[in-house]
Amino acid sequence: MLGSGLIKGLAQTAKNFFGSYHDPARMVTVEYPEQKRVVPEASRTIPFLVYDGEDPELGLRCTACKICEVECPTQCIYIVKNTSKKPDHVGKMQFHPATFDIDISVCMGCGICAEVCPFDSIKMDQVFELSTADRFESLLLHKQQLAKPNSYFGKIHPTEAGEIDIRREQDKRKAEAKAKADAEAKARAAAEVQNAAANSAAPPPSPQTVTPA
Amino acid sequence: MTKLDQIFVSTKHWLVGLAPEMLQSLASILLSIIPIMAVFGGCFAVTTILERKGLGRIQNRFGPNRVGPFGFLQPMADGIKMLTKEDIVPFQSDKVMHFLAPIVLTVPIWLAFSVLPFGRNMVAVDFNAGILFFFAAGAASELAVFMAGWASQNKYSLMGAMRAMAQMISYEVPLVLSAIPVIMIAGSLSLPQIVEAQAGYGAGWFPQWHVFTPWGLAGFGLFLVAATAESNRSPFDLPEGESELIAGFLTEYSGFKYALFFLGEYLGLFAISGLAVTLFLGGWHAPLPILEWLPSWFWFFVKFASLIAAFIWVRGTMPRLRMDQLLNLSWKFLVPLAVLNLFVTAVWHFSSNWQSFGGLAARWLMCGGLLAAAYVLLGRSLSRGQGTPRKYTYAE
Ligand code: SF4
Ligand code: SF4
Repeated sequence: MLGSGLIKGLAQTAKNFFGSYHDPARMVTVEYPEQKRVVPEASRTIPFLVYDGEDPELGLRCTACKICEVECPTQCIYIVKNTSKKPDHVGKMQFHPATFDIDISVCMGCGICAEVCPFDSIKMDQVFELSTADRFESLLLHKQQLAKPNSYFGKIHPTEAGEIDIRREQDKRKAEAKAKADAEAKARAAAEVQNAAANSAAPPPSPQTVTPA
Repeated sequence: MTKLDQIFVSTKHWLVGLAPEMLQSLASILLSIIPIMAVFGGCFAVTTILERKGLGRIQNRFGPNRVGPFGFLQPMADGIKMLTKEDIVPFQSDKVMHFLAPIVLTVPIWLAFSVLPFGRNMVAVDFNAGILFFFAAGAASELAVFMAGWASQNKYSLMGAMRAMAQMISYEVPLVLSAIPVIMIAGSLSLPQIVEAQAGYGAGWFPQWHVFTPWGLAGFGLFLVAATAESNRSPFDLPEGESELIAGFLTEYSGFKYALFFLGEYLGLFAISGLAVTLFLGGWHAPLPILEWLPSWFWFFVKFASLIAAFIWVRGTMPRLRMDQLLNLSWKFLVPLAVLNLFVTAVWHFSSNWQSFGGLAARWLMCGGLLAAAYVLLGRSLSRGQGTPRKYTYAE
């Protein structure tokens, strides 16, 4: 009959109206500045630099290899290599960046830099409240702003960070084992050399020194 | 009790008495106009925010809740925004008409309020042809809508205005036809007397409102549908259908003129709701004798507010009609039903001396049955072919 659909519709909206007051589960709105939705793990915004340990300067994983700078499609990374070197996690001496800038007004969040970095140094962040009143200085992020601890990385991308941590730990142990083995080998070699030296100091009777009978 | 009931009337008399002899009539006029404008202007502000909140709840959202406590200062923010916006007048438009249209829309609607009785003795002008005046003033808004659409020199505006004309003319007919039975029964064109005709309680408790009779119920329904269309509200908001016409006749309006149109639209809704309360819901009469100690104006505003809430509810529920459906509904359904309602009212009137129990039942059955049968039959013919896939003759 004419009007039955109208009544059904009116009943539905009335149910919504009254339901919205006593059933908070109905309300899909997240009241943003006060409440925030947890972003999914795979989400990404702009890149940041990971550092190990406490000191962002010392622990920075970046070796200033400039692969990301070259690969970045928008050319928004600017790196200057430092002259000095510092040991990386396996103890190898590496360069590190004196300057590492990313112009996030240009960065398009493609994540290519994070994909190509062979040192697990540059990773994608999840910050999204990036608006600022100053469109020049505050959008050019420097090394100090970009560097974030590994624990933060572990928090936002637990899966990836976990894998990387395990791999780096293994690398480190391997390197240590190798170093130890090397040291042992060296020690053994040294011992041999010493032995040899001692032997030469008290040489076995040589044919030359054998007195002719 | 009567003191509270008559508080506004006596305050006005007291204030008029303070004025010098010469200015008393002027003071009396001003003291009628200013409260009406203040109260309904305030209603406008409150309705906009409550409507937005209500629509939000209907859609399981919160609605505006940022400006002030619970968002209730939102109308002020909107007002400031509207006032400070640039007023753009299209280069090619007819400047004078473009300027006049919002004014021509709002003024007659304010005039319509002057004949509505808001409470016992609370009517600005006790006009013996009040209902006629009301419809005449209400019809003037059609002119304004067309002026706006025509003067804007814009296709969308013109289409919106054309739609508005077609819609308003089609719905003016059922609107007036559904009000005529009330005049027939009350025997007067004066709104206070129509309210008087609904006084008293049958059997000591049953209110004698027109809506509690078969013809009154039908008339009330017809009146509400036509009133929704007259005040351009969803589901009859085709003249400003955003999806197809940007904003129809409002497309070229901005800033304060736009706000005036908005105001005019809401005032039109208020006026017609006030008229519906007066004609069918017993005006300012209390629903039960034991509730009569509450002032009459309170009852008027309770009924008025519930009607507005119903309009908001409908707006949150119904999708917009298509133009042909809109006109079909008016000419093929509302108008025949309204004409039949006139006949039923006559039957009701001439059977008014059937006061025995059987007589009353027969009277109700006869009148109600006629209307119900017509409703079902007309409804069936109206929705014939609906619900089946549409056949396109030319657009294959
Ligand atoms: S972030 Fe990675 S790829 Fe870029 S310079 Fe540093 S180590 Fe190389
Ligand atoms: S995310 Fe893409 S655009 Fe942004 S710095 Fe990395 S490579 Fe460049």
